[in-house]
Amino acid sequence: MPAAVAGAGFLRIEQLSKAFAPAPAVFADVSFTLDRGEFVCIIGHSGCGKTTILNILAGLDSATSGHAFMDGRELAGPSLERGVVFQSHALMPWLTVRRNIAFAVQSRWPEWSAAQVDAQVRQFVALVGLDAAIDKKPSQLSGGMKQRVGIARAFAIQPKMLLLDEPFGALDALTRGTIQDELMRIVRQTQQTVFMITHDVDEAILLADRILLMSNGRETPDGWRPGNIAETVVNPLPRERTRAGLHHLDGYYALRNHIVDFLVTRARAS
Amino acid sequence: MTRAMNLKAALLSLLLLLVLLGIWQLATMSSGGAGPSQAGMTAEQIEYQKMLGKDPGQVKSAGFPTPAEMGATAWKHLTNPFYDNGPNDKGIAIQLAWSLGRVGLGFLLACLVAVPLGFVIGMSPLLHKAFDPFIQVLKPISPLAWMPLALYTIKDSSTSGIFVIFICSVWPMLLNTAFGVASVKREWLAVASTLEVKPLRRAFRVILPAAAPTILTGMRISMGIAWLVIVAAEMLVGGTGIGYFVWNEWNNLSLTNVIFAILVIGVVGMLLDLSFAALQRRVTYVE
Repeated sequence: MPAAVAGAGFLRIEQLSKAFAPAPAVFADVSFTLDRGEFVCIIGHSGCGKTTILNILAGLDSATSGHAFMDGRELAGPSLERGVVFQSHALMPWLTVRRNIAFAVQSRWPEWSAAQVDAQVRQFVALVGLDAAIDKKPSQLSGGMKQRVGIARAFAIQPKMLLLDEPFGALDALTRGTIQDELMRIVRQTQQTVFMITHDVDEAILLADRILLMSNGRETPDGWRPGNIAETVVNPLPRERTRAGLHHLDGYYALRNHIVDFLVTRARAS
Repeated sequence: MTRAMNLKAALLSLLLLLVLLGIWQLATMSSGGAGPSQAGMTAEQIEYQKMLGKDPGQVKSAGFPTPAEMGATAWKHLTNPFYDNGPNDKGIAIQLAWSLGRVGLGFLLACLVAVPLGFVIGMSPLLHKAFDPFIQVLKPISPLAWMPLALYTIKDSSTSGIFVIFICSVWPMLLNTAFGVASVKREWLAVASTLEVKPLRRAFRVILPAAAPTILTGMRISMGIAWLVIVAAEMLVGGTGIGYFVWNEWNNLSLTNVIFAILVIGVVGMLLDLSFAALQRRVTYVE
């Protein structure tokens, strides 16, 4: 097992591939690294395998071949070190917001007292701005609020890495904007390492330090070409950007056009 | 508004009750009442009538009792529910207590078997398929068919009654628990695995609360069956209990007591169902 080398990447994915037998591989030769504190987005068409990669990173699925390392150790199954925010909030409907997050906190630190757990819960509920709803059940919350609880739950366990699977896909455009701002504020504040899947180009440009462009697998005259990471784009925009002022920044449209071009024309395997 | 509708429904129920009582009264008015009067008969004629079995002095309950007679009997039972005049003559509350005790014990045993077994079957498709033929064959067997087997092996009639309650009320709980556990949403299980929740904690904190409404529905159905079974079982094996009371009073041809006991059985069954419905409401959640 390779030892952790400084600068070699906090999260290292090497030659990952996944095939759902007997079909040919959905993607192959996927390799990338993540540094601590980085926010990386992966963007691509449906079916290219983004969620599968995330599930492999979360430990909920396993790769057909290739390796994934975090902090020099190979990933083996789900772990509290990799928190997940699911696309559908996945809150437990029989628990209040407080108890939902407390469940996660107790899983992480089972030796904590009730008071300590409650303090942690309240801290992260305040972080997402849901103090007023802390004792409500999920059925009493709106979609946006439920997703914020999901985010608070993932942050409350203070994982080494956060995995977000299109967390805002089910929200309307207005709510999405508000929560994107909040997520960015929280991530900057906690210096969290984040890997996020998204369909929204503007969201990727707002939040990510690096954007991975993934292509779909396709049939070519030479046979089946599985999907892979076609390109890695480093976000040139200044780190202190806001949603409101994003489109005024230099280089925004160049970046945006480049990504949209990719999705429209080059999303097929190169 | 719900309150207005509730009021209307209550009034309609009352009206239905009065109509039913009225029909009852009309239907029994002709057949009920005293036998032939004693006036105008010589001593020999009275003796002759008695020999024929038509004692003029006796007021026989010939035919279906009237509501008035019914009311009198009910009042007699309800005002003195705890009397104990020997093995065949006890107050209605004592009879009920015995029946409820047997039901409680049989139901509890059924719970202790059905919920854990249902849990295991629900979690493992393999075990589900393996147990399925046994469940499907044993489920439709009537309690009365179990009785001879139980009496022969267990010998004690009271314990046989409890066993029969157990074997008949275990199936709805078992199947509902298995179904509830198998239907737990995958995303909640995914959350539990990303939080590294141990299997036992996951069973109690995620799977059980998620399946609780379905499990409690099964319990409610099982309780209904258990109450049905105890009456039938007690008729067969005797002892103290509301079922045996019905059978005993039938042998005494005391129809008023039989009808009274039937009504009591119905009311107690309804109360049991209502209490389980309340429990069910407490564990129900909205997604």
